[in-house]
Parts: sequence; structure tokens; C-alpha cells
Amino acid sequence: MAKKTEELKDTAMEATKKVVRAVKKKVVDVVTDEATKEAVEAVKTAAKKVEKAVKKAVADEQYVDGKVPEGPLAEKWTNYKAHQKLVNPANKRRLDIIVVGTGLAGASAAASLGEMGFNVLNFCIQDSPRRAHSIAAQGGINAAKNYQNDGDSVYRLFYDTIKGGDYRAREANVYRLAEVSNNIIDQCVAQGVPFAREYGGLLDNRSFGGAQVSRTFYAKGQTGQQLLLGAYSALSRQIKKGTVKMYSRYEMLDVVIIDGRARGIIARNLVTGRIERFFAHAVVLGTGGYGNTFFLSTNAMGSNGSAAVQIYKKGAYFANPAFAQIHPTCIPVHGEFQSKLTLMSESLRNDGRIWVPKKLEDAKRLQRGEIKGRDIPEEDRDYYLERRYPAFGNLVPRDVASRAAKERCDAGYGVNSTGLAVFLDFSDAINRLGKEVVAARYGNLFQMYEKIVDENPYEEPMMIFPAIHYTMGGIWVDYELQTSIKGLFCIGEANFSDHGANRLGASALMQGLADGYFVLPYTIQNYLADQIQVPRMSTDLPEFVEAEKAVQAKIDRLMAIQGQRSVDSIHRELGLVMWDFVGMGRTKQSLETALEKIKAVRKEFWSNVFIPGDKMDLNVELEKALRLADFIEIGELMARDALNREESCGGHFREEYQTPEGEALRQDDKFSYVSCWKYNGEDKEPTLLKEPLDYEFVTRQTRNYKS
Amino acid sequence: MNLLLVKQEIINLKKMEKTINITLKVWRQAGPKAKGAFETYKLENISTDSSFLEMLDVLNEQLIRERKEPVAFDHDCREGICGMCSLYINGHPHGPDSAVTTCQLHMRKFKDGDTITVEPWRSAAFPVIKDLMVNRNAFDQIIQAGGYVSVNTGGVPDANAIPIPKPVADEAMDAASCIGCGACVAACKNGSAMLFVSAKVSQLALLPQGKVEAARRAKAMVAKMDELGFGNCTNTGACAAECPKSVSLSNIARLNREFICAKLKD
Repeated sequence: MAKKTEELKDTAMEATKKVVRAVKKKVVDVVTDEATKEAVEAVKTAAKKVEKAVKKAVADEQYVDGKVPEGPLAEKWTNYKAHQKLVNPANKRRLDIIVVGTGLAGASAAASLGEMGFNVLNFCIQDSPRRAHSIAAQGGINAAKNYQNDGDSVYRLFYDTIKGGDYRAREANVYRLAEVSNNIIDQCVAQGVPFAREYGGLLDNRSFGGAQVSRTFYAKGQTGQQLLLGAYSALSRQIKKGTVKMYSRYEMLDVVIIDGRARGIIARNLVTGRIERFFAHAVVLGTGGYGNTFFLSTNAMGSNGSAAVQIYKKGAYFANPAFAQIHPTCIPVHGEFQSKLTLMSESLRNDGRIWVPKKLEDAKRLQRGEIKGRDIPEEDRDYYLERRYPAFGNLVPRDVASRAAKERCDAGYGVNSTGLAVFLDFSDAINRLGKEVVAARYGNLFQMYEKIVDENPYEEPMMIFPAIHYTMGGIWVDYELQTSIKGLFCIGEANFSDHGANRLGASALMQGLADGYFVLPYTIQNYLADQIQVPRMSTDLPEFVEAEKAVQAKIDRLMAIQGQRSVDSIHRELGLVMWDFVGMGRTKQSLETALEKIKAVRKEFWSNVFIPGDKMDLNVELEKALRLADFIEIGELMARDALNREESCGGHFREEYQTPEGEALRQDDKFSYVSCWKYNGEDKEPTLLKEPLDYEFVTRQTRNYKS
Repeated sequence: MNLLLVKQEIINLKKMEKTINITLKVWRQAGPKAKGAFETYKLENISTDSSFLEMLDVLNEQLIRERKEPVAFDHDCREGICGMCSLYINGHPHGPDSAVTTCQLHMRKFKDGDTITVEPWRSAAFPVIKDLMVNRNAFDQIIQAGGYVSVNTGGVPDANAIPIPKPVADEAMDAASCIGCGACVAACKNGSAMLFVSAKVSQLALLPQGKVEAARRAKAMVAKMDELGFGNCTNTGACAAECPKSVSLSNIARLNREFICAKLKD
């Protein structure tokens, strides 16, 4: 276990400073006494030595402590709650909390904290808190209810999540997640979330990948929407009551640190362009993932990683940035003006067969639009997943399916005009089961596909391609969801905590709501209990003024470039670099190339971007530019982290580290840790700190999809 | 003509169909108080596979190249669920296609040479912020007035404690599928928000969890709707016809029932 912490450092430094101060005072007081002076000088030298030694010890210190409570796994959270510090109702009113983001994590946290009586300020970039990207989640939400009597339990949900994450998540956090999963379902039902039900009136479940039990609760294909609207309604109730003040169309542009603690944010009013300062006793970020670094992803257009980058630059560690999930079944890119990618449910791979032509000339004719998929005879089709993975065939895990598709397309066998698509063919299933059965299973997905692509998937094979979908990496947090900056918390997809190197389906919603409803509202009190004596601070303090100045300077610098290129055109360029070199199959060489190319993109951006309009106005291009500046930072961090992690695990695949069959090869002896990147300033390389992952309760195994 | 030539001709025709040239008449308005006007833009070689918003991206890219200010419009998820995109296209909220949002509308619904008129939602309760962006905060205020079940986090019964008949749960789900985009208000000649309000009132009144305070909710939400300047409902049904999520008009009937019952009890 890692023991040395920032606190240790602080105590030692403080003690040293005290000695030095005392000594200095003594020198002034008793200058005449030669003997004392000499003794004082000796102490002074010794104190300096101690200071130096402490500094060196801290510098050598590479380890980060997750502050996991002691005790058996199943009792940690209960014990924590029993012994944590609480804030009494009268004091809650006097404490301000800023929550940035209104997705599942942000909205549920803001609502719950408001209900408790804290004074909450909640921010979102959209026109309404109801629009956060959690709304787009389709499939469902996991919980260990065991309503189906199929042997589910808290332990099993915990185990599946740890294993699905390829043993790169913190045990205690994941166990807690599984523990509170049941409360989430109860809470949502009480709010009026219309989950699917059986004829007996009880809740229905469906099965999802990575589990042998049926534990996924759902509301049609709109589970994310219904859960978010539930949290939004709870939030609305608090806004009405006045415990939460809502700031829509506001974007956080910096965090304000006073005496080492987060004390507020600088935000831009997106309608007027005004930069405003906000104080709080604690700041919570629920700002989502950074998948849009790739430009094209299944994320919403506004999803961004800027809040994370800002706090990273202020000292919060960025953990496992390389861990991003690429989903194999998305509707492919159709042309150069494509703005985003749409996900098609993974369930399609149950009955669809994935293939590309065997002959390169057939592929070329497909790409030119001269022939259609059905024109290619059976013997000329390459069912490459069935060929390469006979045991699992088309149902290999997401990462394997994604990589295999990319490999075929890179070799020139792509089947659409851009050459970046493979077929997902239902003709066998239709012949075997009949069109009606297929329609009953996948009708709504086929309809959605036809709307977008304008082709009938009953007649022609579907075209699919992998796309970036979710980021497991994010801001490092300890067991209390506190970042490495005191008073600054991070929840939901924005943090790194629960999914390791790969997230299981229907677990993102679970984590967002677990953090917001049932974890943060407890742990934040343990921090705030010590803050009740701290009065509300003026936003005219120099720290606020400085932070605002820095934000203004950054905006002015961007507006002044007046180059030749639009923000989007540079963002597309970054996205291509990320996709080609930091995508599904990474190598030392590709990552080094990426670092070079990202450097070039950064230079191009900061010297040739053009932002029209006025900074003191609603200016969408300026908003995008500010976000792109941060995506460039994240892109570099992702490449750096992927380069460091010389192993393959979950969504992170280093081609040098695979079994002869092409499976991911973990290097547990070397990389069983969380990479925590610490910012060292512009143009300086960040420092890598490590949080060791000790598996006390689970034995690590190799994920096996062969037999 | 031999068969080969015909085939070639078809291929050529197909290729030509792939892109279109269009004229756009777009509402431009510098700010809430500024006077707005239509501007005309010509766009060439627009892929029919692109979505309407991607076409606007192309327009904006073109404007930026000309060093002009791009058109401001709301959008986010681009898969028809967040409710952020709006746009009144050729006289229809979310354009001519049925049961889709603007972000799901594709350019193949338009012909080469078409002139397309693009306006913001026109409603007193949704003031224009800039160009095609409007302020829909009024919807949030209506929900804040009572669009929730008054339960705090924690201390709730087990999820299966109260069975709900499947047809009831399904009906609640259909009402709950509203995305809060405001198309119903934009479509209504009176600028009424009845479909939006009724969808939330119905969802919660149908479920036992929401029934407890159904009367209070209906009164509070209707009062807030009236206060915010939305018009009255005259049952023209334009709202349901234009709703991208096909929220049913029967919800309005249920709202009326709930509201009258609540008032009678007063």
C-alpha cells in the first residue's frame, strides 16, 4: 500500500517552516549574543537540510494513495458511513457547493445536496439541465436486485465489473458501486421513472454483455433519457425550493484555488460572453468524458473535456487517459462533413454476420458504388470474425470486433465510398428465422438505420464501423471521490474510478447515479464538516481576480490569432491523428508519431485558427476553440499514457503485447497500477505517479473468449 | 440503346442524385432586441446523405471562410433525443419529414434547386437569443412548478413494492418520451404548451408514485404555463402532428380531466 501522501508532505514542510521562522526571529531578537547566534545558525542549517530532505522524499514519492478504508470488502462502505463526519442542518445552509454539469451524476448530486439543505450552485452549458448527454444512453442500467432469481448478488456484480475492466479498477470503489446499485432502482421508481414491466406488474430485466445473469433494467431504448429526466425533476424541485440555483448556458473556464483548496470557479455566460466569478466551499465536477478528442464519436457535439483539463492544470491528477472504449457497431462515416456517429445496439451481433469481400477488386467496386453487397457471391465473402475467432465468431468482445474491422479496412477491404465500413449481414438470419422474427427482434434498429443511411437492411447488408463511445479514464479521485486538490470532487464519467480498462454495457448509468445520489452526498460531508468555520469569501480576492485575468488573457489570445482556419477543420485534423495513431491498435511507433503530429496540430491551432465575431457576445466558434485547445492537451496525454503502458488491457491494445491468437496480453507485474499524470506547466512533460492496484479479494485471470 | 449504356446512364444518374444545390433563406438576428431579417445563401454540392444540421455546418464553414459570422443554432446529441435542436423549416417545426427532429432530417428529403426557409421557433414564450436560437427556459419553469414526485433521495420503498400493470407503465412511458424541444408550441397557432404540460402530467398521474400529488401538480403546472405567456389550446392538433416523438393528443384530454377534477375539489 502506498502510504506517503500530500498530507505527510504538508505536515513536514509546515514543521520545517516553523523551525526556520522561529530561528529567524531568534536571530533578530538576540543578535548580540555570539554563542546563541552560532547555535541559531546551526539549527538554521539543520532546518534547511531537513527541508531539502523532505523535498527530495516527496519528489521520489511516486505513489498515490486512494485512501481506501480498512476492513473486509463488504464492510468498508458501511463502516465509512458509520464513522464519517457529518454537517448539522443549521450549518448546511451556510455552506455553498458548486456542481458543474447536469448529467446523471451532476443532476443527481445537485438535487440530493439541495435536499440535504446545502446551498447549491449548478452549472450547465446547454439551454436546460435536461439536455446533458446522459440522455442519449439507450440500453439500460445494471443492479444486483436478483429479481430474476438467477443467482445475482452484490458480489457477482462487483466481480463482473472488475473482470470486465480487465483488473484495472479499484476494488473498494467497485464493490461500493455494486452495493448502492439497488438503491438507485428504488429511487428512480419512486421518482416516476417508467421502467419496463412484466404482465404481473413487476420490473422486467434484460441481459447484457459480460454477465451470466439478467440484471439490466430498462425503459424502452431510452433508459438514459428516463433516468436523466428523473434526476432533472428532482433537481427542478430543488430549484423551485431555492436550495439550488441553476446557471444554464454557462461554461466553467477555470477553478479557483485558495490556500490549496478549491473555492470557486470562473465561468463564461455563453449568451452575453461575460466572465463571472463564483465562490463555494467545495466544487464538484460532473462534466462527462472526453471522447470528442477524436472529433467523430458517439458523444454529443458539446461534450468536452475542458473542465477536466482546467483542474488538471491546477494540480488534479489525470488518471488512465489512454483508456477509451471503441464500440464496434456504429453507423459509418459517410463523408467529409459528417459531424457525429450514431450507435447501433450491440445486440445486433447476435444474429448478424460480419464480412468484407475476399477480393480487393470487389471492395474497390463497392467503394465506387458500382455494385452492392448482395452482388458478391457467397464464396467471395470473408467472414473474418468467424475465420479468426471460430469459438466466439461474431460475438467476440467489443474491443476485438473493433480492431478486426479496422484491420480489414486498413488493408483496403472497406465496403462503402469512404472505405471505412464492413457489412453486418442479416440474410442468413432472415432465411433461417423468417423476416418477421428478425423484425420483432431488431425492427426499431432497422428503422433507425434506414432513416440515416436510406437503405433497407432487410434487403442489403447493414454497414457498420467502430467509433469512440466512452472514456474510462478521467480525473483521479480517492475513495471519497475527492481529487488530489482538497475540496474538489469529481463524479460520473469525468472521473476514472470504476470501470478499469473497459466498461461493461449498462454500467455507465449505474455509476453516474451511484456517485450523485448515494456516494458523493456522504463523502463530501466528511470534508465540509471541517469547513463550517469558513465564511463565504469575496470573489474580489486576488485568487479570483488572477484566475479571471488568466481566462481573459486566453480568450484574447485566441481572438487575436485571426488566422485562416475554422476550429472544426483543425479539430477534424486532431481527430484523424487520434484515430489513426492512438486508436484501436497502438504501437510504440504510432504513439510517438502521434505525439509529433499533435504538436503540429497544436502549433497550427495557436497560430492559424480564425474565430469570427465578438468575445462579448454569444460566440459558438469561441466556445469551440476553447474546448479544442483542451482536446489537444488531452490528445497528447492519451498518447503519452498509451506509450507508457506497455501492455494490452481492455480497450487499450498495444500491438506489441498480444497472445499468438491476438488477445490482449496484460503485464500485471509491471502495470498493475493507475497512471496518475501530474501537470508541470506548459511545454513541460507531466510527471507520472502511480496508484498501485492490490487485489485483496479477487484473483486476477486472463479474460478468455476462446472456449 | 444497348443494355450496357442504359446501365451506365443509371449509374450516372445515381451519381448526380448524390449531391444537390440549394438556396437557403435563413433568419438572422444579432440579439434578443435586434431587428431580424432573412439572409439568402447559396450552397452547392450538398451530399444528400448529410443531415440538415450538417448542411448548416457546411454553410457555417463557408461563412467562416468568407470571414463572416456563422449562423447560431442549437443542437447537441444529433440523434434525436436531447431536444436541443429546433428550427422551423419550410413552415414545419423540425422540417417536412415526420416523427424526426431536425438533427435526424436528411438532405435527401430535398430536391436539387430547392429554396429552403429556416426560422427559429416563433412564440412569445420562447424569445430569440440569436439567429435561430431561442430561450426555452419557460419549459424548465413549468417543470419546476410541479413536474416531479416529491421524494427525497433515500428512504424510498423497494422498486417492486408497488406492482404497476404493464399497459399503464407502457402508456406512462409513451407520455414520458417527450424531449422538451418545443415543437408543439412552435406548431400551435396559439403558442400553447398543452402537449408538453400534458405529457408530464399524464406520465406522473398514471403511475401510483405520482398519483399522490396529481391534483396539486396539474393545477400548479397549468397556472405556471398561463403565467409564462403560452396561449390557450383550441384542439387543432397541430402539436401532436408535428411532435418528433409522436406524443399523443390523448394526453391533453387527460390533463383536462386531471385539471377539472382538481379544480372541482377546491
